[in-house]
Order: sequence, then structure tokens, then C-alpha cells
Amino acid sequence: MTEYTRDYYGGALMVLIGLSAVCLGSRYGIGSMTHMRAGYFPVSLGAILALLGVAIAGSAAMKPRREHAQEETLPPEWRGWICIALSILAFLALGKYGGLLPATFAIVFISALGDRENSILAAFILAVAISAICVALFWWALKLQFPLFSWG
Amino acid sequence: MVVQSLTDLWQGFGVALEWHNFMWSFFGVVVGNLIGVLPGMGPLSAISLLLPMTYSMHPVPAILMLAGVFYGSQYGGAIGAILLNLPCHPPHAVTCLDGYPLTQKGKGGTALGITMIASFFAASVGIIVMIFLSPLLVSVAFKFGPSELFSIMLMGLLVGGTMTSGSALKGVAMTVLGALIGTIGTDVSSGAIRFTFGFPDLADGVELVALALGLFGVAEFLRNVNRMHVVGSTTKVRLRDMRPSGAELKQSFWPIMRGTAVGTLFGAMPGTGPTITTFIAYALEKRISKTPERFGNGALEGVAAPEASSHSKTQVDFIPTMSLGIPGDPIMALLLGALLIHGIQPGPLLISRHADIFWGLVASFWIGNVLLVLLNVPLIQIWVKVLQVPYRFLYPSALLFIAVGVYSTNSSLFEVGEVLLFGALGAVLLALKFPVAPILLGYVLGPMLEENLRRTLLLSHGHLSVFVQRPISAVFIAACGLLIAAQLYVRIKKGRVIRLLPKPPLDELGSPLN
Repeated sequence: MTEYTRDYYGGALMVLIGLSAVCLGSRYGIGSMTHMRAGYFPVSLGAILALLGVAIAGSAAMKPRREHAQEETLPPEWRGWICIALSILAFLALGKYGGLLPATFAIVFISALGDRENSILAAFILAVAISAICVALFWWALKLQFPLFSWG
Repeated sequence: MVVQSLTDLWQGFGVALEWHNFMWSFFGVVVGNLIGVLPGMGPLSAISLLLPMTYSMHPVPAILMLAGVFYGSQYGGAIGAILLNLPCHPPHAVTCLDGYPLTQKGKGGTALGITMIASFFAASVGIIVMIFLSPLLVSVAFKFGPSELFSIMLMGLLVGGTMTSGSALKGVAMTVLGALIGTIGTDVSSGAIRFTFGFPDLADGVELVALALGLFGVAEFLRNVNRMHVVGSTTKVRLRDMRPSGAELKQSFWPIMRGTAVGTLFGAMPGTGPTITTFIAYALEKRISKTPERFGNGALEGVAAPEASSHSKTQVDFIPTMSLGIPGDPIMALLLGALLIHGIQPGPLLISRHADIFWGLVASFWIGNVLLVLLNVPLIQIWVKVLQVPYRFLYPSALLFIAVGVYSTNSSLFEVGEVLLFGALGAVLLALKFPVAPILLGYVLGPMLEENLRRTLLLSHGHLSVFVQRPISAVFIAACGLLIAAQLYVRIKKGRVIRLLPKPPLDELGSPLN
């Protein structure tokens, strides 16, 4: 990804977020300068953000081409990303239907698998060790309001 | 006024040395130092991780502990920068330039020793400035009405957005985005529920801890996974290596002084980030040095000056945060958020109404900095070991602490989901080279900005001219205008100012440090 495309997409993202804030915010009522209603501030912020987005994308386009030096881009790291996202989702699901201990094991085990250098065994051992620390620290020492096991 | 300050400070020492408060302060410094040493963890993640713990505490020990975590982790970060060339916290990027070459020459211990002396001295100066300046600022702050508060917050946001090392436009966009995130939830003055997307859990707004840990925890893991390889340092740092020789002390005396002055000056300006401060301190040393070619190859001055500047700035930064309620950088925004959670509104009234918090905090800075020096001398070998924790074990464990920490704030799994969402958002923004730290600044200041804008316009019957009619407010608005003009000028002149600064060392992922 060159600097140009990066700023271009970045600006577009800001415009998108800004415009959706304007659309959603205007539903809360804008009001007047004297009596601002709930939508006034979010709508103004959204408009400013959209303008900034245009400026970011525009300033990328205005720079001369030769300045867009090709940088070395890193390959996407899907395995790591998916494992980290999945591990948090697993924590959510198991935290609700399972309890602290299974949730702890899941978040550590799944996210550890995201690193290429971790074998399944290493991830398993890490998860067991961290689970033990978690029980000792959060359940026993800090008395966290989170049952070790629960069924929904 | 000075005598009054000194008696108040004396009482502050009484508060900070109460056994209970002292224990938490000590705990904060140790844990902060430990987390700061861990690769990839900086003060922001350290404070947000420990923030949930303080929710159930009394406000005084809570804020003392968080302050301890802050400077503990800041110091811990310097260890990683010097010994492993790993800037976990952006301001330390410049410390790497000369700190790591010193380690390669076998002088890592000396660099650490000088860092310790520099930070202690600079923090002490910062604290003294804070003691004498805060009451002065408070007497001015009493004249502030909503229009002044709005203007100064606007300036804080603008400076906070533009003073990042990347593109100013992107920085400002991020503060605006943060302010938008701050509007989520119930509007305090009309009771309307905004941007909750049908989730009742969002009615109370986005949880500060969830936002901070998403942006500074999960987003960093997403960015660094499989890409960060900590090279085990083989350096052994012994106690006696840390004691600098007389010549080395003499060599770094003036750099420490100058660094402290730079930090104090920039700390007084709301919104100037710590990174830019350290870069300026480094650039200054290099400019006035008779042998600038030594810089980058292990010049002791290149470690002493930036470290001193970042520590004095840190202390001075507390002045606008505490007396005006306007955080200078994202870390201050986080601490401010912590105070707000405890129902304490920072501002001109804080010093008179919560004297125990303010002066206790000031006193605890000194105590904490002494503790830091005492701790780091015997524990340095342990820190060197901690530095070598492989990332592949570190981030899964940290992820669990994040999840449990966020859960514990309100016993709500929904907020753990928020962390994932903000983590993904942060990672996308980082990949697009947006600085994420200003989001936090906007998030904390946004609601206050709205409140004061609303009040001002109500009082002035909708006339915007009130912002330039009142003198104090006009000064700040003028400063905002000047800042924008300066940014445009720099842009047109093709960044001549930027060229004076050393080129920021890119971390191994090639991303700019924000």
C-alpha cells in the first residue's frame, strides 16, 4: 500500500464515519444556536470529520507522484488476527455459558495459536499455567464477581 | 502564597505517607515498572490495565497508585529502549538512538544510571514548578467561564491533534473521532439516548477502560503479532556498572539541565506531546554539541537530555490537568477520566475542595521517584530477565488480563466486546497511519466541550462573537488560529522545521511513532 492509497482510504473512511454521524445525529434534533438539542454537537462533529476526510484524501492527491515512494508493505497476518479476534469472542461466549475458568483457558489458548512459533502443546501449557494464575489471583485473592463455572 | 503552598505540601506529605496510601503508591510504582519493562507495553496500557482495580478504592489511594503506575512504566520503558533498542513508548524512540549503541559498547549500565539521575532530577524540578505554579494558575482559572473553558479545550484538542509526529490533519481527525465516540450514550442535558445502535448497555456511554485497552492493547497485539521478535539481549548489567564515573556525570550535567528546561517549557503548553518534546531536547543537544558526529553512536548526552525532558514534562503536565481540567496528552486524559469516575471534577476548585488529593499527589510524586531509584538499583537484573519474555507468551497472557480487567469494571461481558471492536478499529487506523492516541483526548474532552459550548451559547443568546469578545477566550482562539496558520506555513515551506529534528527511528514494523 503506497502512501497515496493509504491516505485515500483513510480519508474515505473519515468521510464515511462523518457522514453517518451527520445522518444518525440529525434524527436527535439539531435545534438552534441558543437552544442546542441533542443532535447539534454530533452533527457538527460529523460534518467536521467528513471535511477533514476530504482534506486528507485531497492532500494525498495533490502531492507530486515521485513523493509516493513505494514502501515495503508487510504481508497481512491473517492467522494472528483471526486467532486474536476469535479468542475474545470465545471469552465472551464461554464467559456467559461456562464461567471464568473455561473462558480464561480459551482466550489464552486460542490467541497463543495465532503466533507461528507456538506449537499446540506450548499454547496448551501456557493456557493451563495462566488459568492457574488467573484462578489464584482473580478468584481467590481479588474475589472477582465472576463464577469459575456457570451454566448460562 | 508560597508559604501557603509549602504548608499545604507538608500536609500532602502527611497524606501520601499514610500507611494505606503509601502501600498503594508503592504497589503502583512496582507494577508500573514491571509492565513498562515488558516488550510492547507502555504507560497507556499499564494505566488502563490497572484502572479497573481502582474503581472500588478511595479516590486518594486510587490516584496515587495510577500516578505511580505512570512514572514507573515510563521508567521501565527506558530500560527496554536502552538495552534492547525497543521503544515501547514513543517518547523513548529517541532514547534508542544513543542508548542502544551505548549498550553495544558495553556501557548500557551507565546509560541506565544516567537515565535514573536525569529522570529523578527532572521530576524534582517539575514537581517544584508544579507546587508554585498551580496556585497561581488557579487564581486565574477562577475567572474562567464556559466560553473560556471552551476556547482552552478547543486549543488543547487542536494542539493535541497537530503535535503528533505524523500528519496534522490525521491527528485532528482522530480527536474529532474521539469526541464523536464521547457523544455515545445519554446526553446529560436533554436525556436523549445517542448512537446506541439498540444496545441498552451503551446508554451509559463507552467505557473508558474498554476504549483505552482496545486502542492501546488489542490494537497493538493485532499489529505486532508474528511481527515482533524480541532479540534476547545478552547484556549483563551489574550494580557497579550503573554508577557513572565523575567524568560521565560532568559530561551529562548540562544536557540534563537543558533537557529539564525543554520539558518544563513544553509541559506548560497544553497538548504538546511527550514525543515531540524528547525529539526537540535531542535536536538541541546535537545542535549545540561541539562533536555532533558522536550522536547516534552512543553519546551519553543523547540519552540524558531526552529522558530528563520527558520526565520534567510529565510532572508539569499535571498542572493544566489538575487546575484547569484540561489534559495535555492522552495519558493525562486517562488519569483525568479516572478522577471523573470517582466523581471528582478537576478544575480550579480541585485544589481547594480536594486539597488532600492534590497535595497528596504532589508529595507522592517525590516519594514515588525516590522509590523508583531505590527499587531499580537492586531489581535491575530482574528487569533484564523480564525484558526477554517472548512476545508469543506475552500477548496471550496480556489479552486475558485485558479481558478480565474490562469485565471487572462493571461485571459486564458487553464491554469486553467493546474492546474487540475498538481494537479492530485501532488496528485499521494504525495501518492507515492515523495516530490513535488523540482519540482518547477527544473522548475525554468531547462531552466537556459540548457542555461548555451549550452553556456559552445559551448565555450569549446564540452569538458566536462571545468567544472573541471575552479577552481570555479571545487569546486562546487567536492561539488556535495561529496554530492552524503555522501548520499551513510549514506545509507550504515543505517542512523546514521538521528537518531540524532527527529522523524518527521507525520501529521494525516501519510505522511512524505517534
